[in-house]
Amino acid sequence: MERLLNAMTILSIVLMIAVLFSVRRSHIRVEYSVSWLGASLFLLILSRSHWTLNWIAEQLGLSYPPLALIILVFCVFLVVFYRFSVVISDLKDANIAMAQRLAIVEFQLQSQNEEQ
Amino acid sequence: MRRASGPNDLLILIPAFNESGAIAGVINEVRGVLPDAPILVVDDASSDGTYDLAKSAGARVLRLPHHLGLGGCVQAGYKLAFELGYAYVIRVDGDGQHDPAYIPRLLEVLQQTGCHMVIGSRFYEQNGQHTSMARAFGIGLFRLVLRPILGKPVRDPTSGFVGVNREALQVFTGSFPLEYPEIEALVVLQRKRFQFQEVSCRMRPRKTGRSTITAVKSLYYLIHVLLGVFVNVLKFEGRRRKK
Repeated sequence: MERLLNAMTILSIVLMIAVLFSVRRSHIRVEYSVSWLGASLFLLILSRSHWTLNWIAEQLGLSYPPLALIILVFCVFLVVFYRFSVVISDLKDANIAMAQRLAIVEFQLQSQNEEQ
Repeated sequence: MRRASGPNDLLILIPAFNESGAIAGVINEVRGVLPDAPILVVDDASSDGTYDLAKSAGARVLRLPHHLGLGGCVQAGYKLAFELGYAYVIRVDGDGQHDPAYIPRLLEVLQQTGCHMVIGSRFYEQNGQHTSMARAFGIGLFRLVLRPILGKPVRDPTSGFVGVNREALQVFTGSFPLEYPEIEALVVLQRKRFQFQEVSCRMRPRKTGRSTITAVKSLYYLIHVLLGVFVNVLKFEGRRRKK
């Protein structure tokens, strides 16, 4: 169990550093880094706090606490992916509307030029 | 392109993506049937010269900056038609499957019945049109699903040979399905309690290119469309309050 928790601690710290570096280099916008930083912080706390993990495992009726950690990791990433699906859908809608608008404006400009 | 000048102005809308082999022929055929109707080709970022060929054939071309797919392409045309004040828009596919000889009939039904959408249907009357077994199964399934939602049968829900009036045009400028739009568009209109009619038409085999619905994509198409239909049903407004 200890090995798994240590691995989880290292993973969450690596994730946190990677996200911070990506924000610094403008590869990820600050507003989208919050989800990842929140998720990695949550995992860091869980992997270092045996009491919290044991308590959650007990509440879930699990006799093996690391299983609770794996389930929680899965849930955290599910929430993050869901959030990004919403963001991607919004961006796609905006992108389509903008492409259509651009085409229409270009078309109308061309029509005006031809009329003059 | 001129703005609509009267309450009955019709625009012919031709969405096209890599249809260089057929587009000029389709435009010329439409011209032969309706010499005075403006023709708008919406080029969905083709890479094969569709844009130039459509312009050479005398159509006005709305060129999208990047590929949006059929729904985004058709909606762009609807938005422009609405802004230019057109009262009716009839969509004819750029692959030559739709026979422009039926356009006057579609327009007549739109104008005389006051319905919001008219569909050129292969199966409305027994006109000897056959389709593959897989496609026939899909169409049969969609008919079954759509019957209770639309409140009346629709024989050819996958037909892209459709005409709309200005009210439907306004709805579609705000909400139009992006992929495989034909079936979901019917549900979008039903949400507004709009009416549609079917008109018997013969479809021809496409002149060039391939259908966007390949064998591999068929299952995805089926699931996507069914999901899209149910999502649109969830958006139905509740019963109107009695005044």
